[in-house]
Amino acid sequence: MSDTKKCDDHVLHKSRRKVLKGLATGIGLLAMPGREASASVWEEFFQKHFRELSKDELKRVIARLEKDYSKQYGKQVTVKTTPAIEGVRYGYGLDLSRCIGCRRCVYACVTENNQSRTPQIQWIRVIQLNKEKGVDLSYAEHYYNPATVPEKGHFYMPVQCQQCEKPPCVKVCPVQATWKENDGIVVVDYNWCIGCRYCMAACPYGARHFNWAKPVIPSNEINPSTHYLGNRPRQKGVVEKCTFCIQRTREQPGRYPACEEACPVGARKFGNLLDPESEIRYLIENKRVFIFKEDLNTQPKFYYFYAT
Amino acid sequence: MKILFFARPKLVLLALASVVCLSADPVYAVRVKEFDRSGKLTVTEMSAAEQQPQTSYDIKNRPKEKAFAVPRPPFTEGMFPCSQCHTYMKPNPQQRVLTEYHTEIVLHHAEGQRWCTDCHNLVNRDKLRLVSGELVDFTESFRLCGQCHGDKFRDWKVGVHGKRTGDWNGDKQYLLCVHCHNPHDPKFKALNPLPPPDRPGKASH
Repeated sequence: MSDTKKCDDHVLHKSRRKVLKGLATGIGLLAMPGREASASVWEEFFQKHFRELSKDELKRVIARLEKDYSKQYGKQVTVKTTPAIEGVRYGYGLDLSRCIGCRRCVYACVTENNQSRTPQIQWIRVIQLNKEKGVDLSYAEHYYNPATVPEKGHFYMPVQCQQCEKPPCVKVCPVQATWKENDGIVVVDYNWCIGCRYCMAACPYGARHFNWAKPVIPSNEINPSTHYLGNRPRQKGVVEKCTFCIQRTREQPGRYPACEEACPVGARKFGNLLDPESEIRYLIENKRVFIFKEDLNTQPKFYYFYAT
Repeated sequence: MKILFFARPKLVLLALASVVCLSADPVYAVRVKEFDRSGKLTVTEMSAAEQQPQTSYDIKNRPKEKAFAVPRPPFTEGMFPCSQCHTYMKPNPQQRVLTEYHTEIVLHHAEGQRWCTDCHNLVNRDKLRLVSGELVDFTESFRLCGQCHGDKFRDWKVGVHGKRTGDWNGDKQYLLCVHCHNPHDPKFKALNPLPPPDRPGKASH
């Protein structure tokens, strides 16, 4: 009796191990693209990290992405990989004495950077603050919606990625899918991101946004001029953020970021921190400047200032 | 008598010499005192030769401002050139309430101290007039505004006041002051805000 039981246990034990092994292999196989999946899905699945791609591999990746996006949105989409310009470190200035909180920048950014319309993703958040309390976030409101702005007794502070010199989001990424480029822009490789959202928890500015669902962008609203590390269409399950319009600003000559161009009061300033003649250097040297949450030592390159 | 007579030419010469010496601008060596950040005093002697020659400050012959790329000024439709009406009118410098034309202009810009012809030239109406008497085009109106608003003008030139678009590392497009500020009523007008973001949980997945 006891022998048979032992024998049964033995058999059962062995078979459990086998079952578990089989299950693991099965699940692994399920996670892989099916046999009927197109070649591009296989290529995407085995794509290397952006910074480890060789020149030829990168060429193939870009060709694949351009083909996929063009097919998806029914128009020619280009994906650039323009590298950082040498001797450039971008800095952004925002004049709090001018901003009236009209949110023109928010929607210019959405259009330029192909952000999902439903579910809604917006890289810029404009918060309304109390003039008497100053920059005190316990009095912040970002759902304000009066007939006209500015409202009496309030001032407005748009918050977006501060392109930190010591970015906490980069520090926590377990797979190095996000990093700081040589021109100071913090970028994300959407094909390497695993969607763990550690970076969102680490960012003290709420500047990172997660694609909870497949992003929906009407094909007539897609911006076809894209950058691999910037505004190319994203997929479900990845994190995205402001890149100082990398697809514009890395060109020579490079246009100002879309938010800067959209601002009706000229509160937004952009330039090269390493150029002593640039407007960003002028305002840092001549105006009252503060950086947001300075005590966290993230060292933002986004400078709020008061021109008056 | 004789001694006095001989002394006179010498006196005249001395007087002449002193006049010549005083009338020519004498340049002296100067001591420049400076305090550095730590509070230490440094004194440097500058000889007469090291000093920069003083240039005169001539408001009529000031070096011209560098050209700023600006779009066409926001004229009211059909108004410009002003001379199309004003050539047939006798200039009237009298300060008065306008009843026939330009009645829509309500001056709300230091109105107690200002009148049309402080900025608009009385004779050639297609030009603006600086305090110095210099006439400037409407496309250069920033020079007119800059006479009083020097701090804003300084910031505008480097692109910190006002909207500047174009290429951050190339050609830049400026706007005139009057593109954002009505010169007769310069306060920036309130705008309607674009819709606020969706509240969490609103979107259905």
